[in-house]
Amino acid sequence: MSMFNRWLITLLYLTAGTTLQAGEGPSLGTPLSAGEVAAADITVMPDGEGLPTGSGTAKTGTSVYLANCMACHGEKGTGGINDTLVGGHGSLTSDRPQKTIGSFWPYATTLFDYVRRAMPYQTPGSLANDEIYAVTAYLLYLNDIIDQDKELNAETLPEVKMPNHDNFVWAYSP
Amino acid sequence: MTDKDFEMTPAAGNGLMDRRMFLGATAAGGISMLVAQPAAANRPAWTQTPGKGMNSYGSPSRFETDVQRVGIGSQAGTVGSGASRTPLEQLNGVITPSGLHFERHHNGIPDIDPDQHKLLIHGLVDRPLSFSLETLDRYPMTSRIQFLECSGNSGALLSPTPMPRTCAQLHGLVAASEWTGVPLAILLEEAGVKPEARWLVAEGADAAMMSRSVPLDKAFDDALLALYQNGERIRPSNGYPMRLFLPGWEGNMSVKWLHRIKVTSEPAMTKDETSKYSDLLSDGTAQLFTFPMGVKSVITNPSGGLNMSKPGLYQITGLAWSGAGRINRVEVSADGGKSWAQAALDQPVLTKNLTRFRTPWRWNGAPATLMSRAVDEHGSVQPTRESLMAGRAKGAFYHYNAIQAWRVGENGEVGNVYV
Repeated sequence: MSMFNRWLITLLYLTAGTTLQAGEGPSLGTPLSAGEVAAADITVMPDGEGLPTGSGTAKTGTSVYLANCMACHGEKGTGGINDTLVGGHGSLTSDRPQKTIGSFWPYATTLFDYVRRAMPYQTPGSLANDEIYAVTAYLLYLNDIIDQDKELNAETLPEVKMPNHDNFVWAYSP
Repeated sequence: MTDKDFEMTPAAGNGLMDRRMFLGATAAGGISMLVAQPAAANRPAWTQTPGKGMNSYGSPSRFETDVQRVGIGSQAGTVGSGASRTPLEQLNGVITPSGLHFERHHNGIPDIDPDQHKLLIHGLVDRPLSFSLETLDRYPMTSRIQFLECSGNSGALLSPTPMPRTCAQLHGLVAASEWTGVPLAILLEEAGVKPEARWLVAEGADAAMMSRSVPLDKAFDDALLALYQNGERIRPSNGYPMRLFLPGWEGNMSVKWLHRIKVTSEPAMTKDETSKYSDLLSDGTAQLFTFPMGVKSVITNPSGGLNMSKPGLYQITGLAWSGAGRINRVEVSADGGKSWAQAALDQPVLTKNLTRFRTPWRWNGAPATLMSRAVDEHGSVQPTRESLMAGRAKGAFYHYNAIQAWRVGENGEVGNVYV
């Protein structure tokens, strides 16, 4: 085999290797319109991006909570058969850390995002945006984070600072 | 043939033998002669009539019906918010049968019609795109045999006193499969990721629409859009018709039933990555994004709940794995950690996969404490329980990878202990 042939084979091999690694696909994805994206995108970011229009207060959230949440999470967010949502303030360094929305969660926006995507457990997706703002407000109110009359909407919810916000450390930073 | 026929080569204290012993014995024609040939005139019943015919989808022997997922539990008032565990001590080799792969669901297993399922990629991309399953079948695929471990695996070992549990009950939230699918990088490149993008937010099409943020560098490194598991379409309990698979990272991030990827500059701080799969320390701070699963091993035989019938020669075997790469070696102790013998590793040892280890042990009938300790290719050593617990908050149970100890009693009963 001549040097040239050897060089050519090496080049072909390297090219093939590069192609495989870059992973060339057949480009068969169907373009999505802005409307299609908006209809599917339910992610709420910590800065509030993705929050929909609508609003609610703890007062209006009380009835939403009683009708949809109390059966599992107890009256006023404690004593239910599932996760305790209220209390536990100052417990994180104790022998019985209690990780609730008020004592642990770093972002208020997460509460809206999670309720909208996953709650109520038996009928996820059944609450209107106003109801989600309202029940979010009610849970933050029960945790002494906002007042009963505080209106939560796409502007005010990201401004709510959670008590435990500063106690999170990133173990991975891309 | 009796145990006395082996040339005994001690490798560590309390009966641990050289890991090459079984290999040598087989080569010399020792072990293979254990099975006596039935006399031709005395045929077993199943050799005297024609057997059953073919069938369209096979299942295990009717004598193996006790091999089942264990520790099935769900949150109060629910059936699909919990876990089931792989019966590690009843299996061998490294690949987990798909039907015995552990489960961890947040609101049940969705019944997804593959013709209606789409994967959306949008956010910080030049071209938001949708992919059908049919379309994805035309993309270049790759296969990897790798483990998946729930970050809550082995969490029961945080109990201050050791609970009487089996290997599966304690460690069964780990499994290994051959995962086949499209490298996620190919799909992200087709959509055209913008320079400011750093993360993607993955979402499942289950009733919880479970969602996790994943660093883009992992997505471009070795993330897979998995479509097949052990050669067949992924089972519904493992994400049918498609799931994210992030080798070596905590299982919760490998979002099942994947239907949407949003490319972002920041993590979304979802409920699961903040309030659940974060790690609370004793000083009250909590670590976010503790992604890789640590180097770990466990002896699957003998293990908790099993009974060693009588003294003699046994093979200690178990599994080792590391989210950072390959297992370099596994050491086994039969004297509670005073001395260690190197175990043999089944080949090939694959990166971020379960590795089967084996070592011969002559049990003399006295109480013994068995332990295994794994070291990965980066030199990371599996920690002791004591060092792992240092600095953790009470009840912080994710990422438990400490050395497991099994106590063999005089009566041959094996149980979970702390040393």
